[in-house]
Amino acid sequence: MKGSALPIRTPEGIVFSQTLAGPVVRFFAWLIDGLCVMALMSFVVGLVRGFGLVSPGIANAVLAITGFVLNFGFSIFLEWAWRGQTIGKKLLGLRVVDADGMRLQLEQIVTRNLLRVVDLLPAAYLVGGLSCWLSRKCQRLGDIAANTIVVRIPVVTEPDLDQLLAGKFNSLRQHAHLAARLRQRVTPVEAGIALQALVRRDEFDAVARIELFEQLASHFQTKVSFPQDAVDGVSSEQYIRNVVDVVYRTSASA
Amino acid sequence: MIIDLQRFIRIERPVWTELEAVLNRLEAEPNLKMSLEEVQHFHDLYERATAGLAKLTTFSSEPATRQYLESLVARAYGEVHETREKRRRLQPLKWLRQTLPQTFRRQIRAFHLALAITLVGCAFGTAATLIDPESRHVTMPFGHDRLKPSERVAEEEQRTTDQLTGNRTLFSSRLMTNNTQVSIFTLALGATWGIGTVLILFYNGISLGAIATDYVADGQVRFLLGWLLPHGAIEIPAILVAGQAGFVLARSMIGWGDRTPLGRRLRAVSRDLVTLSVGFALMMVWAAFVEAFLSQYHEPVVPYGAKIAFGTLELVALIFYLGRSGRNER
Repeated sequence: MKGSALPIRTPEGIVFSQTLAGPVVRFFAWLIDGLCVMALMSFVVGLVRGFGLVSPGIANAVLAITGFVLNFGFSIFLEWAWRGQTIGKKLLGLRVVDADGMRLQLEQIVTRNLLRVVDLLPAAYLVGGLSCWLSRKCQRLGDIAANTIVVRIPVVTEPDLDQLLAGKFNSLRQHAHLAARLRQRVTPVEAGIALQALVRRDEFDAVARIELFEQLASHFQTKVSFPQDAVDGVSSEQYIRNVVDVVYRTSASA
Repeated sequence: MIIDLQRFIRIERPVWTELEAVLNRLEAEPNLKMSLEEVQHFHDLYERATAGLAKLTTFSSEPATRQYLESLVARAYGEVHETREKRRRLQPLKWLRQTLPQTFRRQIRAFHLALAITLVGCAFGTAATLIDPESRHVTMPFGHDRLKPSERVAEEEQRTTDQLTGNRTLFSSRLMTNNTQVSIFTLALGATWGIGTVLILFYNGISLGAIATDYVADGQVRFLLGWLLPHGAIEIPAILVAGQAGFVLARSMIGWGDRTPLGRRLRAVSRDLVTLSVGFALMMVWAAFVEAFLSQYHEPVVPYGAKIAFGTLELVALIFYLGRSGRNER
């Protein structure tokens, strides 16, 4: 696997990226689907068993055909009905999409699932796994032939800035020109790290949290040096809170 | 400069929400047809969202909102820029009358290649059986090497009980699933640049050539035709169609003399691949029924003449269907 994200450039010049799913997580999704097929098959066996007393030949024929249809049809049907997802993929947050970002077509779904018979060779998805590992877009042979990729669906949560920053006096705002300079000098990545540290503060243990905010505070202090009265008695965490407030909110009214 | 995230989100959020609602509707109703105004509005929403994403990517540092917008733009991008025809409701009769035969003819060169490789295999099997009769243990599948053709014919014609009584449906379903699986495998091995497809077709040809030569050399031509033609008239072409699909796939993967990117080449043939796959699967289902319910009965139960006539009729009908059906329709 060469990269974990696949950038796609639109004709409008916008670049968005798809986070590629790795072979291991895809293998687990396939295992979950396999268990679902087995469960369905057991259900059919239970249904047919009663009929088998009357006509064992027809009962066995029904089982043979059901096994075949479930083997190929399970993923095809679900990926079509759920737009690129099966039960395993849904549980693990994966989705099959067109490799060029276009709408996923039924033909692509059928092709990738039919070619699974080659990817499964010689056993346990070895061909598919190797192909996935070596391919730039983490594609098994079926994906290459169908021009599809499997991506991870990000769980998007909006941080609540008001809750994060509310009710705190921001001493940095007392020095408007320095605050403007800070806003100018902080890079998007740095600001993102500071915000994420605040959003996830409760996930760290106490010592790690103190160390993290100390490191961040000393880093941001090198960007702009505020007068002593603005930083006196302000903890490292509060300093970062003030920095985020300055960077993300141009007015203090929020 | 970093934008005021709160203000930016407050202004843009209704646009994103509306775009998300349109996308949900489009995804929930694949047959939805939007009016021109709706399409224009959808396009405006998409443009606004992409502009928002550009702003966020350049000026903001908020990864969660960017991820959300990226996923929205990714979904909308496929809907806006997709040029392939959106699949409407299934029309099985139209598919049978037009789509399958037209696809078969469009990819006829791949079928010719599959046929040629099978014929070369047949010639090899014939030569092997004539030159070295002992090779039948290697070239003939399904235990055909155990008896001489005349011994098998005598055994079959003297049989008074029906071996398949009570199991005919099971036998038919096993044939159906096994043969379809082999055909899918023949198609799928096109992904190995066609090498696997060539090997399967060649080996099938060898078996066919070896068995046919064995029966002809032993003077059992009528039995051979009566036994093979009813189901073979459909089953053998079905394997050839699977090989044809495999070669269509292989040609797109190799891209010989074609400078278009791999993804575009594969996208161009994906519909043909699925059409041919459904075609050979249907042919295999028919062939399995005929094999279980007719091919296994020999004289005196069913006259060979009737079986040969039935098989010939099937073959002529198949040639006429694949060669002529839907010829004058777009």
